[in-house]
Amino acid sequence: MSAGPSGAERPRPLPLLRDLSVWAALMGLLALSCWAAYWPLGPITTAIGLGIAAIKAGFVAAFFMNLKRGTPLLRLTGLAGFFWIAILFALTLSDVLTRL
Amino acid sequence: MSAPVQSLLREPWPDLASQREAATFGIWIFLASELLFFGGLILAYAVCRIGHPHAFMAAARETDIVYGTANTAVLLTSSFAMALAAQASEREARPIVIRACLAATAALGCAFLAIKGFEYADDLRKGLWPAGDFALPEPGARLFFALYWVMTGVHALHLTIGIGLVGRLTIRGGGPHLRLRDNPQAEVTALYWHLVDVIWIILYPLIYLPGRAG
Repeated sequence: MSAGPSGAERPRPLPLLRDLSVWAALMGLLALSCWAAYWPLGPITTAIGLGIAAIKAGFVAAFFMNLKRGTPLLRLTGLAGFFWIAILFALTLSDVLTRL
Repeated sequence: MSAPVQSLLREPWPDLASQREAATFGIWIFLASELLFFGGLILAYAVCRIGHPHAFMAAARETDIVYGTANTAVLLTSSFAMALAAQASEREARPIVIRACLAATAALGCAFLAIKGFEYADDLRKGLWPAGDFALPEPGARLFFALYWVMTGVHALHLTIGIGLVGRLTIRGGGPHLRLRDNPQAEVTALYWHLVDVIWIILYPLIYLPGRAG
């Protein structure tokens, strides 16, 4: 959380270096996932693609969406979305996967 | 309390910090429900792909990985510009800096839609609309492309709304009626923009990457 209007007289500098590093990491991960799609690894190719996507989404959430310095309330709200998605997937796939 | 802060404050909040906290909490609840909305579509994709693994591979191979990867890079860069805009607003940077970052964000959003438009035109030329004379023989390929058009279409709609919101801040932020410095609207708009980016990040390996090897 921001510390309120304390920085009103002396504006803090933008964390440009941090943002640029996050951006460069995101570009690197994008290139890696595109390249990895051509590796002949069989079924785990999709897992690699989704794993890299999860890391990229985590970078955006932590640094660009400020979850890293967010209040516990905000983190819980974001997690609640994933919690319900987990229930949605678990109940549906437990049916679908046992019918194969 | 200074007059500019007063102009940002809305009922019923006693001060800007409480208003900002409530606005951020509110947008996060909205974002969580958006995750569930796209979660349902991705679940439909998962179930269809479990039923038709080879058709999904063959169909995904027909998507254009160059357009898809370029668009991912464009959207990731737009999130970078949006993050700078929100941080500049929060740090009370000069309005021209905030507006430049916002304008870059909106321009990159428009570039994404333009690239998507070229890609859609190519898809239609290749007969990838899942109706009538569909190009691929496997029955499951129609399912893939039905989901492709719905997921990318709904995502493009979200992005269009985002461009509208960012464009509004950019244009009105130059006038006397909307103060961008310290404005909670900048942070809320940024969070929405980043979520649209996150959803694309997850769609990218599902749509463009399967079936490339071998």
